[in-house]
Amino acid sequence: MTDNIIETRGITKSFGSLKASDDISIDLRAGEIHAIIGPNGAGKSTLIHQICGGLAPDAGQVLLGGQDVTALTTAARARKGLGRTFQISALAMEDSVLENVLLGAMGASGRPWRFWQAIMGDRSLRERAEAALERVGLMDQRHIRTSALSHGQRRQLEVAVALTLDPRAFVMDEPMAGLGAEGSKNLTGFLDGLRAQAPILLVEHDMDAVFALADRISVLVYGRIIATGSVDEIRTNADVREAYLGEEA
Amino acid sequence: MIRESYLNAALLAGLLAVPLYALVVDEPFTITLATRAAILALAAVGLNIALGWGGLVSFGHAAFFGIGGYSMGILAFHAQNFVPLDLGIMVFDGTKSMPIIWLVAVLASALAALLIGLLSLRTSGVYFIMITLAFAQMFYYFAISWARYGGEDGIPIYVRNDFPGLNTLVPIQFFGICFVALLLALWLNARLVASPFGLALNAARQVPVRVQTVGLDPTRLKLVAFVMSGAITGLAGALFADLNRFVSPSMFSWHLSGELIVLIILGGVGRLMGPVLGAVMFVALEHWLGGLTTHWHIALGAILLGVVLFARGGLIGLLCGPRGQT
Repeated sequence: MTDNIIETRGITKSFGSLKASDDISIDLRAGEIHAIIGPNGAGKSTLIHQICGGLAPDAGQVLLGGQDVTALTTAARARKGLGRTFQISALAMEDSVLENVLLGAMGASGRPWRFWQAIMGDRSLRERAEAALERVGLMDQRHIRTSALSHGQRRQLEVAVALTLDPRAFVMDEPMAGLGAEGSKNLTGFLDGLRAQAPILLVEHDMDAVFALADRISVLVYGRIIATGSVDEIRTNADVREAYLGEEA
Repeated sequence: MIRESYLNAALLAGLLAVPLYALVVDEPFTITLATRAAILALAAVGLNIALGWGGLVSFGHAAFFGIGGYSMGILAFHAQNFVPLDLGIMVFDGTKSMPIIWLVAVLASALAALLIGLLSLRTSGVYFIMITLAFAQMFYYFAISWARYGGEDGIPIYVRNDFPGLNTLVPIQFFGICFVALLLALWLNARLVASPFGLALNAARQVPVRVQTVGLDPTRLKLVAFVMSGAITGLAGALFADLNRFVSPSMFSWHLSGELIVLIILGGVGRLMGPVLGAVMFVALEHWLGGLTTHWHIALGAILLGVVLFARGGLIGLLCGPRGQT
């Protein structure tokens, strides 16, 4: 039980007559990458929002490290160790790359209420921020305005901001979205090593990446988890083939 | 960045040089104009913290300007008329001392900004604009009906308040006070922008959801910015009242809230010296064009239109490029 870093218990969410989440119970264990796949409109984003705090479930619970966080805000969940990346980059585009990771480092430090001292002069924040940039390979771009980054670099920066939080778990919403084959391969390699630091709940459309990375896969269709299992189990599952993979292959 | 630093220095030097020149050639009215520009700039520096960095389009900053003005008006009214101010728990003689008046003005407007901000920040966008306007109008109508302090006629203050060691009735000395206040506010603003709080606030304006996911509360950041913003605008209100030696409900009027926004847009939203450039232009236009025609606002409108259409980032943006680091 205590192995579950993230756990949802019977999460249900309806929008009118549409059941976007139907009694979803999933978990994320230490050291693993758990991928959630499913066709468009299956309710993956709705699920992510409920785990991260943007959306309250109608019923059910979200647990983080065994603690019920269902009533907590997004910010409170982040402080409890949830590191999230967005499908569509949510970065401060007017700011430099370094400033974006500094924001993460400051959030992790929990000390934004300093009005007088210069943030660039805070060595511990800078070291933390630059270490994250170094890991994703954006150190040379640190003084560039974020809006000038390429799409792929923005994806890397998304990951870097999450790294500065040193979270207990990552929740990544389509980190590969819009990356070319090369970028996708690089990021796959990076995430492969990242699971040792903290487990990753990964929502992804790129099946090559999912099959290469996932320890477990859950398949979400019309708001329900229709199967959870290893890569091989999912590949050979008849329901999954029919509902999802069949359409693609 | 370097270019902007030069421009900023030149602007401040210019704002200082004009009244000094006017002193030499003995044109006290020009000194008064420069003082007016400095005070409006100070008020807009306050608004710019909320608007430019917090992204809070407050259409109600006249509330804080007016509270600053009435802080001065009420304290000086009791002092000059020898009518003690009975606060219920204590009786106060009123005061003619500027530092005490400023302290009261800053605290009162900060408190008002806290209350208005707490309620208004539950909304955003157009609703935020409208609710801040509504609060300012409430103060406006309250002041009009406040018979004890002159109602619609306001409060005349016969002699300008005192500052230790200075003769505030000498125009250049009063200008000096306002100019130093402006410099201090700009310094505070510059430090704020470079601070951890400034970085978080800047991000809260651009991507609030990102700020949440690093564990910070964007609304709280904006509320603190709004309070600081209101406090600075309140100080400007106290100085403005002392410049005119007169306080009236028009300090609370939505025209003033609108003018402050116009100043910032003209100069450059979220640019340190945007409010200063805007205020200098505004006062200059008001003086020159206003001397030619009472319809000078038409020209102001045309210029504003030009800036919005062709110079996003205001005149400072036009001269120095878009805002942001590097």
